[in-house]
Amino acid sequence: MEKIVEMQNIRKTFLHTVANNDIDFDIYKGEVVTLLGENGAGKTTLMKILYGMYSMDSGEIYVKGKKVDIESPKDAISLGIGMVHQHFTLVKSFTVTENVILGLPPSKGIEIDLESAKKDLISLSKKYGLEVNPDAKIWQLSVGEKQRVEIIKALYRNIDVLILDEPTAVLTPQEAENLFDTLRLLIKEGKSIVFISHKLREVMEISDRIVILRNGSLAGEKNKKDTTKKELARLMVGREVLEIVEKEEIPKKGEPLLVVQNLHALNDKGIEALRGISFEVRSEEILGIAGVSGNGQRELENVLCGVRENTDGRIVFKGKEITGKKPKEIINLGIGRVPEDRMEEGLILDLPVFENLVIESYDKKPLSSGILINYSSVKDFAERTVKEYDIKTPSIYTITRTLSGGNLQKVILARMLSRNPEFIIASQPIRGLDVGAAEYIHTKLLSARANGVGILLISEDLDEVLMLSDRILVMYEGEVMGILDREDITIEKLGLMMTGARIGGLHEPN
Amino acid sequence: MSLISFKLEKRIPPPWWFRMLMPIMAVIISLAISSIFLLALRKNPFTAFYYLFYGGLGTKFAFLEMLVKATPLILTGIAVSIAFLAKYWNIGAEGQLYAGALLATWAGIQNFNLPPVFYVLLVIIAGFVGGGVWSFIPAYLKAKFKVDDVVTTLLMNYIMIYFVSAILTGPWRNPVSMWPESVNIAENARFMQLIPRSRVHIGFLIAVAIVFVVYFIVKKTKLGFEIRTTGANPKAANFLGINTLKSIIIASVLSGGVAGLAGVSEVAGVHYHLIHNLSPGYGYSGIVIAMLGGLNPFGVLFAALYFSVIITGAQMMSRSVGIPPYIADVIQGITLIVMLAMLLLFEYKISIRRGK
Repeated sequence: MEKIVEMQNIRKTFLHTVANNDIDFDIYKGEVVTLLGENGAGKTTLMKILYGMYSMDSGEIYVKGKKVDIESPKDAISLGIGMVHQHFTLVKSFTVTENVILGLPPSKGIEIDLESAKKDLISLSKKYGLEVNPDAKIWQLSVGEKQRVEIIKALYRNIDVLILDEPTAVLTPQEAENLFDTLRLLIKEGKSIVFISHKLREVMEISDRIVILRNGSLAGEKNKKDTTKKELARLMVGREVLEIVEKEEIPKKGEPLLVVQNLHALNDKGIEALRGISFEVRSEEILGIAGVSGNGQRELENVLCGVRENTDGRIVFKGKEITGKKPKEIINLGIGRVPEDRMEEGLILDLPVFENLVIESYDKKPLSSGILINYSSVKDFAERTVKEYDIKTPSIYTITRTLSGGNLQKVILARMLSRNPEFIIASQPIRGLDVGAAEYIHTKLLSARANGVGILLISEDLDEVLMLSDRILVMYEGEVMGILDREDITIEKLGLMMTGARIGGLHEPN
Repeated sequence: MSLISFKLEKRIPPPWWFRMLMPIMAVIISLAISSIFLLALRKNPFTAFYYLFYGGLGTKFAFLEMLVKATPLILTGIAVSIAFLAKYWNIGAEGQLYAGALLATWAGIQNFNLPPVFYVLLVIIAGFVGGGVWSFIPAYLKAKFKVDDVVTTLLMNYIMIYFVSAILTGPWRNPVSMWPESVNIAENARFMQLIPRSRVHIGFLIAVAIVFVVYFIVKKTKLGFEIRTTGANPKAANFLGINTLKSIIIASVLSGGVAGLAGVSEVAGVHYHLIHNLSPGYGYSGIVIAMLGGLNPFGVLFAALYFSVIITGAQMMSRSVGIPPYIADVIQGITLIVMLAMLLLFEYKISIRRGK
């Protein structure tokens, strides 16, 4: 097969970290090649170098056999390389057509020929199954539609190589299937796809060839037909992975701990984001909340944590109404919280580790007495906690910002669990963490459950929800699509519900 | 065609010893930059700086005068740093100084029948309350309605300064001299001299004591922890159960109160009456001092002493070398800019990107 792109000895460092350590990477004509690796392995960096967004420290790039200097995305596009980023680069107030031709020279003199562009766009979208209304404004589109616009935008520029950076992270399973159909049509036409991902199931489904990166270095290269998920996982993390955390069955559930009734709330833009959410969580139970991101999960977390007001409905904890309580009151009731935004809500990054460990309990004895904080017992507590939860930090005085993602989450978890909560709200607890840290967090949550704690698990990671939950609630556009017992759930059912289908077997309290 | 864009990213903070060195580096760099102006005037910068420091430190008289000037600077520096620790941008120390001076003068001219210690204490409390109340107003507006603190605190300076002028040219005009100044405060309300035959008064000791008290509050108490967490990240602090609005209001009232003490110290320790130009901008210098001192009370103490040397020595330098005394203000300004630039460089990573 013909090599379209050859990247040789690519090296890129950021400050003190080596993001790409002399990597060789080739792209052949008509293949789907996957860049597989954990977060921070250097996948996106490598592709941003190819797309001209980053400059490399050293290395060479050849396109169709010729050595090239790619200094900007414009250069990349003229060489036939297009990229769809995780965060879209579309102008919200423009139409789809306007976005697609944005930046291209006008076709007729100085006049922009929107009509012919629209025609081309419709034929592209038909040909590749990329359904989208050319006259819709971007802000009216769903995430999946925006992604299709990005892909059309790239194809409109006649590219040969399409780079997709974690495209399925924002899609429902059905949308992901549609995307894969499109990709298959593209490779049949001789185009090449670079698929960046860390989800093994998808990687095995769509790739022809898989290149694995670990800590910025090449960790292996496999043809799909010669490998297994297990082998890929091992190459990706560098050791054997326990795929499933053992979950103990607890047949008889306890009393309802948290009851939410008809909850309504607005999002930051003043639009109703929760539209009548009702559910209950019992002790010794994990209720998973699944859904495509942006369907009200974040607002639900905010309301339950006391940092967003609800406009209607009530929240009852252990028989007492707690609607509208402040964060401090919620903490003191024995509710532990793992917020989605661990950098901006869960931790104060510029304070040392020991102060972050006590920020929810510094005002309790023995950590303080009267107006004074008892720093010697605070430090004792911090030393013990760091040891107990195996938090990797040079010392308890280290500025929290310098810790790795997994250890940041461990600080949050340790702070919460050390207060022996009766109920836990955990939002995206393993997002962005490596497999080892994720496994640790899951083990801790499951052991809390075994000790009688009720847990509300909000996550966009379906594997996580399926693995941990006793029951699963699916949210779509601020409403409950259904609450299913774990045994009754299939991926297909979940996917349908995540796109707005209501499915029976509701266990909604009313 | 290439556009250049800058992006700031927080970086890992430098170690503590480096942060201690930063103000010293800022001082050296700012003096180096200031010498460009001296060279432009065809003066030898080394001679000029010699007289600058000699005039501020070289003689016993200069040294004692430096301590007199340092007193309000320590207080305004501490005042600003308390507010800045909570990321409440109190630019209003100047107005709070006058508010404190006003209420302290009022208490002082009532001629209460009180023994010296109690009268002095009363005047101090009055000054603290005056500054604190004046600072509470913008803090409440900020906490309740999110009114921008920089704008309100700055503008309220002018309200208070003109209000004091109005009072002094109106009801409080000295009936004997007819100058726009208040009558003298009661003998018992005045600060004692600390060193005979000098202007150094117990206000200096009070200022140093405040340094220790504020250090204790910030580092050892729950309140200090709440103020620091609020300043470090208000959103996270709120999520984690800290009452950030309360922290901001308490920090601002403490800040205004301490700024008010600077006013008390000038009235009861130096002038014994209220005048409309009581402060040549001590409140604004407090901002520079707080930043140069790294918002650390002891850092603020040293920064205040340094600026006091420069302000005191500027006269001597001016006379001996033949340059305007405003060079002291220039040095202050440059020091602030250099310190801010250094903070930016060491706390953030600047990535420069060339767009297409």
